[in-house]
Amino acid sequence: MSDRPPLGTDVRRRHGSNIGQALTRLEGALKVTGRARFTADNTPPGLLYAVLAVSGIARGRLLALDVKAARSCPGVVEVMTCANRPPLAQDPDAKLDGFMFRLDLLQNDHIRYANQPIGVVIAESLEAAVEGAALLNPTYDSLPTRAGLDGEDSFIPPAVGAGSPAQVEVGDVADGLAAAAVRVEQVYETAAQYHNPLEPHSIVAAWDGDTLSIDTPSQALAMAQDRIADLFGIPKENILIRSPFLGGGFGSKAFMSGPQILGVLAARLVGRPIKLVLTRDQMFGPVGHRAPTRQSISLGTDGEGRLTAIRNHTRTATSAYDDFYESAADVVLNLYASPSIATSHEAVRLDIGTPTFMRAPGEAPGSLALESAMDEAAFACRVDPLDFRLRNYAEVEPKSGKPYSSKALRECYAEGARRFGWAKRPLSPRSMRDDAGLLVGWGVGTAAFPAGMFPANARAILTSEGRAVIEAGAHDMGQGALTALVQIAADSLGLPMDAVEFRSGRSDLPDAGIAGGSMHTASAGMAIHAAGQNVIAKLAQLAFDDERSPLKGAGNAGVAARQGRLYRVDDEQRSESFVDILKRAGLTELQAAGSAQEDPVNASLYAKQAHGAVFAEVKVDPDLCQIRTTRLVGVFAAGQIINPRLVRSQLYGGLIWGISLALHEAAITDPRSGRIMNADLGDYLIPVNADAPCLEVATIHEDDPYVNPLGIKGVGEIGITGTAGAIANAVWHATGVRPRRFPIRIEDLIAG
Amino acid sequence: MEFAIDVTVNGEPRRVVLDDPRVTLLDLLRERLHLTGAKKGCDRGQCGACTVIVNGRRINACLALALSQDGADILTIEGVASNDALSPVQAAFLAHDALQCGFCTPGQIMSAIGLLKEGQAGCDPERVREGMSGNLCRCGAYAGITEAVLSVSAPVAPPAEDARP
Amino acid sequence: MNRFNYVRPQSLAEALGAGSAPGAAFLAGGTNLLDLMKLGLAAPATLVDLARLPDLSAVETLASGAVRIGALVKNADLAHDKTFAAAFPAVAEALLSGASPQLRNAATVGGNILQRTRCPYFFDREAACNKRTPGSGCDAGGGETRTQAVLGWSTACTATHPSDFCVPLTALDAVVEIAGPDGLREMPLETLHRLPGDTPHVETALSEGEIILAVRLPAEAGQFAPRSRYLKVRDRTSYAFALVSAAAALVIKDGKIADVRLCLGGVAAKPWRAREAEAVLVGARPDAERFRAAAEAALSDARPVGGNGFKIELAKRVASRALLMAATGTPDRVPALPASPFSSRVHDGARV
Repeated sequence: MSDRPPLGTDVRRRHGSNIGQALTRLEGALKVTGRARFTADNTPPGLLYAVLAVSGIARGRLLALDVKAARSCPGVVEVMTCANRPPLAQDPDAKLDGFMFRLDLLQNDHIRYANQPIGVVIAESLEAAVEGAALLNPTYDSLPTRAGLDGEDSFIPPAVGAGSPAQVEVGDVADGLAAAAVRVEQVYETAAQYHNPLEPHSIVAAWDGDTLSIDTPSQALAMAQDRIADLFGIPKENILIRSPFLGGGFGSKAFMSGPQILGVLAARLVGRPIKLVLTRDQMFGPVGHRAPTRQSISLGTDGEGRLTAIRNHTRTATSAYDDFYESAADVVLNLYASPSIATSHEAVRLDIGTPTFMRAPGEAPGSLALESAMDEAAFACRVDPLDFRLRNYAEVEPKSGKPYSSKALRECYAEGARRFGWAKRPLSPRSMRDDAGLLVGWGVGTAAFPAGMFPANARAILTSEGRAVIEAGAHDMGQGALTALVQIAADSLGLPMDAVEFRSGRSDLPDAGIAGGSMHTASAGMAIHAAGQNVIAKLAQLAFDDERSPLKGAGNAGVAARQGRLYRVDDEQRSESFVDILKRAGLTELQAAGSAQEDPVNASLYAKQAHGAVFAEVKVDPDLCQIRTTRLVGVFAAGQIINPRLVRSQLYGGLIWGISLALHEAAITDPRSGRIMNADLGDYLIPVNADAPCLEVATIHEDDPYVNPLGIKGVGEIGITGTAGAIANAVWHATGVRPRRFPIRIEDLIAG
Repeated sequence: MEFAIDVTVNGEPRRVVLDDPRVTLLDLLRERLHLTGAKKGCDRGQCGACTVIVNGRRINACLALALSQDGADILTIEGVASNDALSPVQAAFLAHDALQCGFCTPGQIMSAIGLLKEGQAGCDPERVREGMSGNLCRCGAYAGITEAVLSVSAPVAPPAEDARP
Repeated sequence: MNRFNYVRPQSLAEALGAGSAPGAAFLAGGTNLLDLMKLGLAAPATLVDLARLPDLSAVETLASGAVRIGALVKNADLAHDKTFAAAFPAVAEALLSGASPQLRNAATVGGNILQRTRCPYFFDREAACNKRTPGSGCDAGGGETRTQAVLGWSTACTATHPSDFCVPLTALDAVVEIAGPDGLREMPLETLHRLPGDTPHVETALSEGEIILAVRLPAEAGQFAPRSRYLKVRDRTSYAFALVSAAAALVIKDGKIADVRLCLGGVAAKPWRAREAEAVLVGARPDAERFRAAAEAALSDARPVGGNGFKIELAKRVASRALLMAATGTPDRVPALPASPFSSRVHDGARV
């Protein structure tokens, strides 16, 4: 509400630092005036409009398209199909590593999922292209589709998530369960979910000979550049990708999608710039999603409510033609102390688009199930759910025994409970009502998310006017990179914010790592920090070596950069401005590169996570069973917060995703056709404003030199974890009915 | 067949000649007038990202035909700030961080302006939330959006006797 | 969208003339028709834009005491008309619970009444649908039936009518005034929408080229103003269609129900006027037990489609709760969350 930074974040690295300041978004004025340019806002001269046609069946063969009818539509310039799409240098189905997805690029007539691209119509106007696509009248030879998790041909995936083992065991879970005084064994089901960023995937592509210029939203510019280079057999340097703003990503824009590449192909085919924008229904299939899960969880505790065993067996799905497995079981490896823990995954192949990373992949559904099971165990032991979690607090990482680099989770629990008023919670369910007679329930969930880093690079340039330019191919999808990274840059350079220009969002800038895994601020931030420090070090050396400088010979004593000057650390009277140092050296500018990656020694010694505690209040109508999340309080510990204002917003966003996961979103597939029946924003439900009436977040500061020198952990995804479980637990507490299928529906509570 | 319509866009009278009756108001603004502030999130009136103000009312531009707008007075996000000075709603959105990725932001702001003009929500947070529920935000900036709108509804602390319900 | 001819008549006669051409469709707010056209579910050869027609945008009280609402009145304008809302609060509440503010600003009274179903199989052009293609079959039956009907359905079609507005209108015996090439006529709103039977593609009693001119609420409808509510249960707090809804209105004299209206939404191809329930209640004391009995009567012919049987129980609860809410009295102002279970007391006690 105010500009005061949240609790505990007023530890500054240095007096007057920008890190820690709750600054408003630097690009905010552009966004509130409509001047921030997203991909589809571009209309270069000579542009043609491309519209995708997609499959109406989920499995089989495309027999024919009425290309003639489409071509004869006034305004249509060309129709791209399997028959005439320009050649590719690489097979779209090539898969060289786990971080690469097979694409549907009109390579054959096989249909693998509903909404698979089957053609592209290119026209002078958007209306003509749409009409042309509608005239294609595809005919199919369809095969029975495979949908739902009940298939018999399940298998154990080679790896899950980003490459983790599908099965892990610590200790002996069978023994642990056998020895338990209390056992909880339940199955929880989560639904298929689609990212649905508000900005649909889109691309504006223009070829000039063998050079390619693209506007497209991307969470990973360098990786996109590489993929396109390989597909088209052209050098990386020939490809420029601009992604200054993304209208949300959530994991769906980390990998170049089939439709985006089809836009590039369409531009190649017609020799003119094209713009291709997916329609909302086309966002359900070719651009990834989160697969459904069925999680069988077993918990055992001793007579005092201490865990003796935890097991999560997860069944999930992937596509018929590619591999990605939602690593939902893995949450149990990192959260609660137990002498024995086991994870296992199995999967079925379905006629769906290939799933991909979706905000808190694995953690989101896994946390929902685990927090529900913990709650069931707590009640079975007649222990308050918060106390139960405290009893099972992991002082070291459960799967490995490693100490945590920092873990202020107890403080999160305490502060969250205090703000929420948790102490008044009655143990029994269905025992609270409000003045209007609505059932009230309170639940808690633990939040946790790994704090890692991608390798990243940046460049810092000091100019003779005493300004700086920072160059890094960073990505802002709303998490605030455009602001937070400048705060880091300004501090590393000892310059005020307004003297720093940040160039990002282009592939011809240093590779600043993927904006994903909640790692971007840490990764790009540390690279920028290093570049800033490096250029200041170079500047300082110029001064040290210069007879005429007040800082001559100060190499041993050292200097500090502040407000555009270098000061001798042992004698602040001796200082010199950047401008003077450069001028005297006869330089118009000075550059240095910086890079960052996870410190392998620290990574081997410490477990690194951000943590939090989320407390939820729901109200449920006792007869009508409609649910509303009336209050959420989340307190998180995520190291050094760069910008509390932006972090607050990210955490709010995570909380709302948690509401959605527990109560709203699910893609409904008709198993007979394999088509998604709610492929739109009216029936694929995400929360509206009125669904989240009261959110409160706070952060607890942690000084953590092991994650990286600036102590940054990420907050992009942690807000979801813990929240969905807290809400599920609150629904149980309100009604006495334990939800085991998500999203929780009215009929689940009526029946119960 | 050609159709001509006369509209006022952000205070400027314009005659628009259309060669296609199917052009929606949204596509007219974005693709032909190059006013790309209003966004296409769903094209079906389900997300509100295309909200503009026509004849004083907020509507979804994606479900309006350009042809039907003959004589209309249209206000888009591009017409809200005056001479680089942000309007109170825009300034409030910035101050309360009522945005993240920014894609839904023009629609949210136009919707907020419409809401305030309708005069039904007053200073009641529930009415503001309900009144803004036609604008989806996948990033989840709702708390800041509600704060921003409330701050414009009640720019000074109300006197004690005007206690809120 | 298909290419179409576009005409903008200045008079009713001109509109009816243009509307009688083959393949002509009337365009009012466009919030339903344009959506259907984009999806290829409607492809009129000519759009007759009614926006300029005079005399169809007024809300007026007639000499008889009836209130006449022109078909082109915007949903938002009607809901916020203070006099109207005071006289017919359940109608105002229903309007404000529907769609979004933006849609309500554009959508008209006539358009709301004539909006098409939201059945997912109607919208799925690959699916068999007897509405879209008569005789092709109905894929909803063995599929996702959560949004489907529990009353009045047939093996040919189980789709529901999604309007909130029509539910209290039907409860209050609204009459629809119609104009067409053959002149003027009127009919009760209750008979306008057709149940599917064998011909689900015949959705209303309107003939080719007819338009709705106005909807009229009889003077007697005003007597319910002190005790009338609309209740809507849905899967998120706002901006979603009803799973089940109900309009309830009571006149209580000397501690007994003198008159009562009950109508359900979300359960059939038309708003479901529950006359059996009303019969149970007239002359009875307004208490929870009675209301529950009435609700049982209202749903006595209900049959599930696939797994949607929970809607029958839910509808009973919605009906009895709406009656309870109405009996308690109309609030001074439509609540912040119109028609929401979170906007009123729950009343699990018997006393009202």
